[in-house]
Amino acid sequence: MWDYSEKVKEHFFQPRNAGVLEDANGVGDVGSISCGDALRLMLKVEPETDIILDAHFQTFGCGSAIASSSALTEMVKGKTLDDALKVSNQDIADYLDGLPPEKMHCSVMGREALQAAIANYRGEVWSDDHEEGALICKCFAIDAVMIEDTIRANELCSVEDVTNYTKAGGGCSSCHEGIEEILVKVMAERGESFKPGTPSKEEAAPVGMTNLQRIKKIEAVLESVRPQLKRDGGDIELLDVDGKTIYVSMTGACAGCQMEALTLQGIQQKLMEELKEFIKIVPTKAGALSRASCNP
Amino acid sequence: MEGIYFDNNATTRVDEAVVEAMLPYFTEQFGNPSSMHSFGNKVGLAIKKARMQVQELLGAEHDSEIIFTSCGTESDSTAILSALKAQPDRKEIITTTVEHPAVLTLCTWLEKDGYKVHYMPVDEKGRLNLDEYKKLLSDQTAVVSVMWANNETGTFFPVVEMAEMANAAGAMFHTDAVQAVGKVPLNLKDTKIDMLSVSGHKLHAPKGIGVLYLKRGVRFRPMLRGGHQERGRRAGTENTTSIVGLGKAAEMAMEAMHHENTEVKRLRDKLEAGILAKVPRSFVTGNPDDRLPNTCNIAFEFIEGEAILLLLNKFGIAASSGSACTSGSLEPSHVMRAMGIPYTAAHGTVRFSLSRYSTEAEVDRVIAVVPEIIAQLRKLSPYWEGDGPKEEAFAPTYA
Repeated sequence: MWDYSEKVKEHFFQPRNAGVLEDANGVGDVGSISCGDALRLMLKVEPETDIILDAHFQTFGCGSAIASSSALTEMVKGKTLDDALKVSNQDIADYLDGLPPEKMHCSVMGREALQAAIANYRGEVWSDDHEEGALICKCFAIDAVMIEDTIRANELCSVEDVTNYTKAGGGCSSCHEGIEEILVKVMAERGESFKPGTPSKEEAAPVGMTNLQRIKKIEAVLESVRPQLKRDGGDIELLDVDGKTIYVSMTGACAGCQMEALTLQGIQQKLMEELKEFIKIVPTKAGALSRASCNP
Repeated sequence: MEGIYFDNNATTRVDEAVVEAMLPYFTEQFGNPSSMHSFGNKVGLAIKKARMQVQELLGAEHDSEIIFTSCGTESDSTAILSALKAQPDRKEIITTTVEHPAVLTLCTWLEKDGYKVHYMPVDEKGRLNLDEYKKLLSDQTAVVSVMWANNETGTFFPVVEMAEMANAAGAMFHTDAVQAVGKVPLNLKDTKIDMLSVSGHKLHAPKGIGVLYLKRGVRFRPMLRGGHQERGRRAGTENTTSIVGLGKAAEMAMEAMHHENTEVKRLRDKLEAGILAKVPRSFVTGNPDDRLPNTCNIAFEFIEGEAILLLLNKFGIAASSGSACTSGSLEPSHVMRAMGIPYTAAHGTVRFSLSRYSTEAEVDRVIAVVPEIIAQLRKLSPYWEGDGPKEEAFAPTYA
């Protein structure tokens, strides 16, 4: 059984704004019946202000699809269209206190319904290049299509490459067989055969980034989360960067906080997005690093 | 635990009497049956008894035809891999599109090693075409693996007849009978079935114990090699407690066989008729005229199965679904797709599977609750309006 948050359950058992909205002036229909998810989002927009006065949904789908739809309507009501468009699928998932990786596509569907409904209101044509494959990496919610496209575009030839480019396989590693199977298939398209043990590409990190630029980028990411941490009475300090391992020290209220692991996970995610490579963030006490050989 | 458990094709409750029979083998009777002292000897005798109890349930000619394994999946893998190893000149496998993943996933993996696998399709009621089957059989067929009863719909395949046809072609015949054993009277000695898989936890024995029936004289190549346990055909120290439990469960299944096919069947039929009468746009999948007595699989159109299960669970009712969401895959059940059930119905299939513990009151309760749940979800569905499907079909982008 899925490990749904209480918030997901609550929005599934008591969905908000379900059913037809009679005087809707923006309607978005998205989904795929073959995958078992389809959603109609109905918006009532005030033309003078562009403010969403009301939002309703109808959903064919599982518990998290219905909960995501319900959450979406609550989130966009009262927002202007431009502000509503800033709602990301991650925002929907966060609003529900998270979704299982297999269910993240439910929040994606919500985001797409929103774009479609707003396009419909504005008289625009909304099209989507959405293509979804079987979920391969459950740790980072990466599907087969994403992996295939990335291998093709970058001519990748090892599991490590795939991890560097997409994060897939960077967690528990139980999907490595699945990734190898995709490598075999896609490499065959370009007339190559997959060989286990092939070293990864030399430079998976963004092209031309020097060590210094890389550290500056890491500092910038930490700087961007610092205000949030400080608000809770804590802070974070960069101690060292060793290849793909980034050592940090959590200080103040953050040190030993129950949410520390979760906070670090979020920061790690952000760092990976910025650096476009797979990295690991390791909390360490300042001064505890054995590599700090310049201060023997 | 309180609640109505109608998911007995997934697993069953271990019978109290089975637990009772097992308990001494954890403590006083802890010996290793291979040992040369009386600690081991007594356990060896208990295993012999269990073997004979299973022999009786299967209608096997010899007790040595019973090999204890760890589960149904191990039995399936052992049977198919053995048949290929034992007949290196034969490179083809015949199976069906609706097998359990224990067989299907193994077969797709074997394809990579150069084996040719024929997946026989089924019709809208989940039935095979035996003329097509006959055409596929050849001197290249190493093994035919066809389930006795489908786990999702309960539909039977004519395995006795198919085994004879395979035998005539010189091919081995294996059947995954994990759903059938204990519910269907078996008499394997009068059939040409070479190998058959049993899973303990489907018949009120514990999880982690299975059986591979291997007809005497059938060439065999073990998967696990090592000690001489199970006459060297399945090395590894015996799961003594669970073997004793499975023996007891087999004996009890023999006693309950009549009840399963009369009383349990009556309750299943009542449940099914009760739901279909109250819920519009719902239908039974599989072949209602030839299936397990305890299983009923109903498709509720225009809603999704996981949502149904979550609401059922709120009422303390346990069932399962063939929707994509419950499995975490992108496609609804391969069994429903193989029967050509449209997506709008395949995602909304719910399987209710009863057992000899199911009661009339439970059936009445489920009949009372299900129509409300279905109506509640249809109110949320963009495919539904009022009392039926929307007149103007809902056609979302990238459908």
